[in-house]
Amino acid sequence: MALRDITLGQYFPGNTAVHRLDPRTKLLCTILYIVALFLARGPVGYAVLFLVLAASTAVAKIRPAALLRGMRPVLFIIVLTALLNIFYTPGTVLWQWNFLRITVEGLWSAFFMVLRFSFLISCTFLLTYTTSPIMLTDGLEKLLGPLKRIHVPVHELSMIMSIALRFIPTLIEETDKIMSAQKARGADFDSGNLFQKAKALVPLLVPLFISAFRRADELAVAMECRCYHGGEGRTRLRQLHFRGTDIAALLFFCALAAAIWALGTLGL
Amino acid sequence: MDAIIQTEKLSHIYSTGTPFEHAALVDVDFTAYRGEYLGIIGRTGSGKSTLIQHLNGLLKPTSGRVLFAGQDIWGSKERTRQTRFQVGLVFQYPEYQLFEETVYKDIAFGPGNMGLDQGEIDRRVRDAAAFVGLPDSVLEQSPFELSGGQKRRVAIAGVIAMEPAVLVLDEPTAGLDPVGVESILRNIHDYHTAKNATIILVSHSMEEVARSVDRLVVVSGGRLPFSGTPREVFAHGDELEALGLGVPQVTRVFHRLRAMGVDIDPSVYTIPQAREAVRDFLRRKGAV
Repeated sequence: MALRDITLGQYFPGNTAVHRLDPRTKLLCTILYIVALFLARGPVGYAVLFLVLAASTAVAKIRPAALLRGMRPVLFIIVLTALLNIFYTPGTVLWQWNFLRITVEGLWSAFFMVLRFSFLISCTFLLTYTTSPIMLTDGLEKLLGPLKRIHVPVHELSMIMSIALRFIPTLIEETDKIMSAQKARGADFDSGNLFQKAKALVPLLVPLFISAFRRADELAVAMECRCYHGGEGRTRLRQLHFRGTDIAALLFFCALAAAIWALGTLGL
Repeated sequence: MDAIIQTEKLSHIYSTGTPFEHAALVDVDFTAYRGEYLGIIGRTGSGKSTLIQHLNGLLKPTSGRVLFAGQDIWGSKERTRQTRFQVGLVFQYPEYQLFEETVYKDIAFGPGNMGLDQGEIDRRVRDAAAFVGLPDSVLEQSPFELSGGQKRRVAIAGVIAMEPAVLVLDEPTAGLDPVGVESILRNIHDYHTAKNATIILVSHSMEEVARSVDRLVVVSGGRLPFSGTPREVFAHGDELEALGLGVPQVTRVFHRLRAMGVDIDPSVYTIPQAREAVRDFLRRKGAV
């Protein structure tokens, strides 16, 4: 797999209803969805949450395979949690061998845990697939705006974040290029023991750090040339506006969280 | 002639299965012959970089085969690795790949990976440094203290030190001043004649390619529309122009003269050839 295929935080451009939502709406809806996920207690709640996720994915025209691919890096954690849940939940014993014991409750809780994890990851991926990093940090800055009153450097933090997000693809590309160049000189990044592998990274990391520092320096100069001096009095090219659909989406997700909570108290 | 690298129906598709899916190469049949000086020209994004990264097995074809000396380079893991040493690839702006404490150690990185003994590595490092015109005094310096042009020489020496049978260079003169361009091109030519190596020079500068190479391959939209001697390729002046490539300036001038009704040979592409053509024209007119 080439490095460029990594989908971490990647944005799939599009013009669907989900893409057009205000980034603040999408952030809040994602948070509400996650809250709902943790309030869900039984199969009905999870079924509802699944339907909502599937519907949003369909509307955003994101292929389910793309969401599944995002899950791959955390597969290990999901499997481990599931196993721990299967073997360590007390309850009605189904099967026992020495100290290993599987209970009905354990199977259920493992099943829900897997669902919870996958929905959690899928919904955050849906957010980054449909919202460009710039929009995302703009939204975040606006949402956290009130914290400025208590002297939290919201603008600086969001600028740091947008720069970091902006440079992830650049650095990935750079890594890919340097890796190819060193491979062309016979570098071997794949074989050998842990120590040899770590040592093989030196020809990759040294040029990568040098170029990252160079880029940081150039960016700082470019920003200063354009009189950047922080958030005070800075206006925006893109003004964020809540529209009817945003209100509707927010109301829907509030209702969803409430409904899941209600279902949870009933044990469904 | 004896083919050293061949591709058969080579296709490469990037980011399969995402909205960014993009076919960079489509059914490309490319051949480089032993000992020739070959030029590859094409615009940015034409697929030329993708093509050359297949020649030493850095990219795996989506479909099709790449043969080195008649054998599939993906035949076995060991063969792929050996091909990397046989086909030396100098990337664009190669100075960004330097990492060692001294110039000597950086040039020795490739030969060291080949598993050569210390004496052989030492000989190759000094040979390679001599080819690119680096004085001995530079070898013990840190590569990061050198000027941009010197760094580029070190990086090229790092590939030459593997003494590859085929040396592929992607825009080796990009961003250098005219003197730097001249001397790098001369270094490459020296390596070509001294080792009888195959050289593949990738460029978008017609002038640069025109005067060095024996044969030219044009890449456009992931295909190879034209190939042949520079004279043959530049005869397609209008088609090249349509692909956004154009021909050397001197060729353009002669095409224009021809169009104006001057009876002159329009297939020139270097200044000496132009001088000859003008002399010939004047002689026929009885002016000289």
